[in-house]
Amino acid sequence: MKRTALLALLAAVLVFPAVFTLPFPRHVMIMIFLYGSLAVAWNILAGYCGQISLGHAVFFGIGAYTSTLLVARAGLTPWAGMAAGAALAVVFSQAVAFPVFRLRGHYFAIATIAVGEIVQTLVINWDWAGGARGVFVPIKRPDSLWNFQFHESKALYYYVALGLLLLGLAVTRWLERSRHGYYFRAVREDQQAAASLGVNVAREKHRAIAVSAGLTALGGTFYAQYIFFIDPESVLSLSLSILICLVAVLGGVGTLWGPVVGAAVLVPLSEYTRVWLGGTGRALDVVIYGALIMVIAVLQPAGLVGLAARLGRGRRG
Amino acid sequence: MEIVNFAHGEFLMLAMYVAFFAWALGHLDPLLALPLAVLALAALGWATYHGLIRWVLGGPMLAQIFATFGLAVFLRAGAQFLWGVDFRVVQDPWLGGRVALGPVFVGLPQLAASVAALVAFLGLWRFLARSETGVALQATAQDRQAAALMGVDTDRMYALGWALGAGCVGAAGALLAMYFYVFPDVGGTFALLAYVTVALGGFGNVPATLAAGVVVGLVEVFAGLLLAPAIKYAVVFLLYLAIVLWRPQGLFGRW
Amino acid sequence: MSLLAVAGVTKRFGGVVANRDVTFEIRPGELVGVIGPNGAGKSTLFDLITGFERPDAGTVRLDGRDVTRLRPDEISRLGVARTFQKLRPFPGMTTLENVMIGAFQKTSDVGAAREAARAALAAVGLADRADAHAGGLSTGQRKRLELARALATGPRLLLLDEVTGGVDQATVPGLVRLVRDLHATGLALVVIEHNMRVIMDIAQRVVALQLGEVIADAPPAEIVRDPRVIDVYLGEAWRA
Repeated sequence: MKRTALLALLAAVLVFPAVFTLPFPRHVMIMIFLYGSLAVAWNILAGYCGQISLGHAVFFGIGAYTSTLLVARAGLTPWAGMAAGAALAVVFSQAVAFPVFRLRGHYFAIATIAVGEIVQTLVINWDWAGGARGVFVPIKRPDSLWNFQFHESKALYYYVALGLLLLGLAVTRWLERSRHGYYFRAVREDQQAAASLGVNVAREKHRAIAVSAGLTALGGTFYAQYIFFIDPESVLSLSLSILICLVAVLGGVGTLWGPVVGAAVLVPLSEYTRVWLGGTGRALDVVIYGALIMVIAVLQPAGLVGLAARLGRGRRG
Repeated sequence: MEIVNFAHGEFLMLAMYVAFFAWALGHLDPLLALPLAVLALAALGWATYHGLIRWVLGGPMLAQIFATFGLAVFLRAGAQFLWGVDFRVVQDPWLGGRVALGPVFVGLPQLAASVAALVAFLGLWRFLARSETGVALQATAQDRQAAALMGVDTDRMYALGWALGAGCVGAAGALLAMYFYVFPDVGGTFALLAYVTVALGGFGNVPATLAAGVVVGLVEVFAGLLLAPAIKYAVVFLLYLAIVLWRPQGLFGRW
Repeated sequence: MSLLAVAGVTKRFGGVVANRDVTFEIRPGELVGVIGPNGAGKSTLFDLITGFERPDAGTVRLDGRDVTRLRPDEISRLGVARTFQKLRPFPGMTTLENVMIGAFQKTSDVGAAREAARAALAAVGLADRADAHAGGLSTGQRKRLELARALATGPRLLLLDEVTGGVDQATVPGLVRLVRDLHATGLALVVIEHNMRVIMDIAQRVVALQLGEVIADAPPAEIVRDPRVIDVYLGEAWRA
């Protein structure tokens, strides 16, 4: 039964742009896919491996800046930039992992915030990378897949974003069913007990953050090629890191579909409140986010997916 | 207590707003508003414990992190919603201007703030080490079960810890309002500096925090002087990461 | 050739000497008991052997190879498994998944690990609880889970920390039988125990610790006659 439901969902998602041809609904779906894929990537490190990173925007920013600077300054195709960005993010994740994984729990989370702040501050003060002013992606016409720019319609962005999300889900699913997935969860539950059973805890954490960083960076390149402008505030900020966490936590950390559910709920909410409440609403929706996070933390840390499971058990029981 | 309050910076921000509005509406100098800020924040800390923290103490760490994190987001956005993003500043506080200490000029508000901070620190240290409640508080932090078995009301101790910590932040906020801009995001950097300072000194070790504070302050100033003011905080955090690489428990901490 | 050789191991925590100059050997297939009053340094000794703590002096050798400075996971892969006194199941995973973590040391294939885990669970009598959440097991069941998990790593030496501690008297014989069966397969065991009846039953040799030092190292029959051991730990009732 579940299989057919999923296939139906996939079919619906695939034909969506054919049915909804206006830009705004497509934009909302693209954002759902993008935030969903970012949350899926974060989930691998935080949900499955238990390392709560509050600085994940760093990898997003590395992806965005690497590809954009390569496109703008060296004329490379964004796809090469995407690969380079992902590679750089992975390398950076390993470097950062050394000091930061020596810490546990809350202290680890603080260190990740510190890393995010360091990188954002450095980029703001780095003129070659655009500094606080940011970098524009040079417009190239006509629309082309090679240049990864489309101005006439959002349809191809839609499918690329969907592809990113499906990639993230596929990687998560593969990990879930592999030895690494089991090891990740053991590390999350009890590092010392895991070590006593032969788990190389440090190596597993490094592995988790590498995968997570690479996937996140892909999203960064996509964002740059979609919005055509990046700056430290939009791709490296703590607010973005918060948002990524929130999407995953709302949906359900440590589950395959949690981040997707979270994105599907949060993104439309945010996009439409922005439309209704206008300028002053900007802070109001964040107030609601804050309240939401607290409520989830206290009542249902397992998120919406956890809630659904609990209700399902209740009905059966 | 093994819980980091991610809303610490927002507590500071609120304290600063209390001092600012006391000045703007009540014409109270921040020094006079200080007790008010301390009490208001202590109440907030106590309420935060009873209303939020108590419910996530036994639960997964993720829930604990998100509880205070959510509070931080909520307070920051709430401040923006209520009072806007404009920078406010207290004009002409009682302690204004500069004073000459030998060949060096020091801002009078900053000097007063430092003195007050030292006094608060000594008071806190004395309270924790000497008074019965203080010792009970430390005991609860070290081993909740054992403390409870000794007859300590650990719930009250936790609430007290939160009230005390928030009260200190209240004092800090009032002092800071004498010479710093007040705006919703002001807490962020200070909070991060505070966490890094505590982590650098070693958690649970109050004198070590003072030492670490001095280190952080010196690094900040020298980085600003020798490298560039814009990246001085980045240097502090980088130093922190470098030290953590060598000693995860901080300079004086026990792991 | 000894399997495990602990030589001159000393460990201090601040002012407290947890282990002082501890020396003993375990030969392949031996079942050795470790006894001593609380605070004698027994669990610390296990931590030192399995890499959770580093001794301030002395060496730990496995098959003659110096493993003193190795990490816990490295020592596990060399064939040393342990259980913890304070039970540590992975609460968010099922019983079967818990044991699979141990089984993965021998294979990276999920299916094979699952089968090996089932076998280990069957060996300890927990096969029917395979899909239960580990967090919901009773203490006796958790003890068996810890055992199964450690066994799944295919060890040559198993360190059991108070396996009969904290369970009601009715459960003890079953656990003892289990330990004896494991020993019969050729597994070397070091067993920390407070229950002297269990020690007398299964141990081939007993090492007695007091205040971090070894005060006796002899077969059970001699241990209960050793005056120092009686003084420190057993009391007059055990005088043969």
